[in-house]
Amino acid sequence: MRNKDLLTIARKKFTSRLIVGTGKYKNMPECAKAIKISGAEIVTVAVRRVNISDRSKPILMDYIDPKKITYLPNTAGCFSSEEALRTLRLARVIGGWKLVKLEVLGDRKNLFPDMIETLKSTEVLTKEGFKVMVYCNDDPLIARRLEDVGACAIMPLAAPIGSGLGIQNKLNIRIIRQQTKLPLIIDAGLGEASDASMAMEMGCDGVLINTAIAKAKNPFQMAEAMKYAVIAGRKSFLSGRIEKNIFGGASSPKKGII
Amino acid sequence: MKEKIKIKIKVNGKTLSIEQNSTIVKLIKKLDIPLNKVAIELNKKIIDKKKLKKITLNNKDNLEIVHFIGGG
Repeated sequence: MRNKDLLTIARKKFTSRLIVGTGKYKNMPECAKAIKISGAEIVTVAVRRVNISDRSKPILMDYIDPKKITYLPNTAGCFSSEEALRTLRLARVIGGWKLVKLEVLGDRKNLFPDMIETLKSTEVLTKEGFKVMVYCNDDPLIARRLEDVGACAIMPLAAPIGSGLGIQNKLNIRIIRQQTKLPLIIDAGLGEASDASMAMEMGCDGVLINTAIAKAKNPFQMAEAMKYAVIAGRKSFLSGRIEKNIFGGASSPKKGII
Repeated sequence: MKEKIKIKIKVNGKTLSIEQNSTIVKLIKKLDIPLNKVAIELNKKIIDKKKLKKITLNNKDNLEIVHFIGGG
């Protein structure tokens, strides 16, 4: 049967709704294997200096083929609009990437995004032809502003990056879901499979996970768990759940009781 | 034999001594860097990879060569 429930971002279609980060793994083979198991079709990548003194270090592109998996260059580690723009302009030169993840941080401890710098950057990048998926706070007003300046996906945090706390503000995520038709992807802070399912059951279009998989004791098993959690959550959302009721309702018929 | 003049440039924060009038493409080859997997910035300006053969390096030039690594 053909899968018609596709994730569309900037007119590109994807079967998997799980986006996976490629950081924090023990090594490249582990990262590549976890991605394969997760079924992810989009992976985030960082832009960094080439090590010119030791050329024996493995290269990400040798392990994850950008022709098969969509690379989503990010601006991790950038604390200003200027840094973020520089990073993504460089990323575009590497392989012509226009679909990018913008992330401008504002605080080194909690890694919350600086939304003023983020908003500014989104506007500039969009005008330059980038398709910008934006890491943001779970603030409906900011989400609307991002949409106004041309973001192609809204990616609010569930909790601080790498915290594994799961969705902290369900209400705000629900409001953002109601107000936008853009792809809504929960980015950062998920810890376990049920967190991913919850995001999908709330009607989000996808989730972005890195630490929860990479730092799990068994990253391969967690990659698989996340894959199915996203599928389960999505199907549950699409199925139309039952009404909540404070009283019980027997599942077996009363007729014929002995 | 005439001795070749050397200049000093910075590549990814490290000082390198190279021959005067070297092109960027020559340096990239010398450093064994796969050109199709990197982006290059010369004095904070992104370089069009097609023009690398034509650009010669000058003393105190600052090159940044970046690529993709794992990240979230």
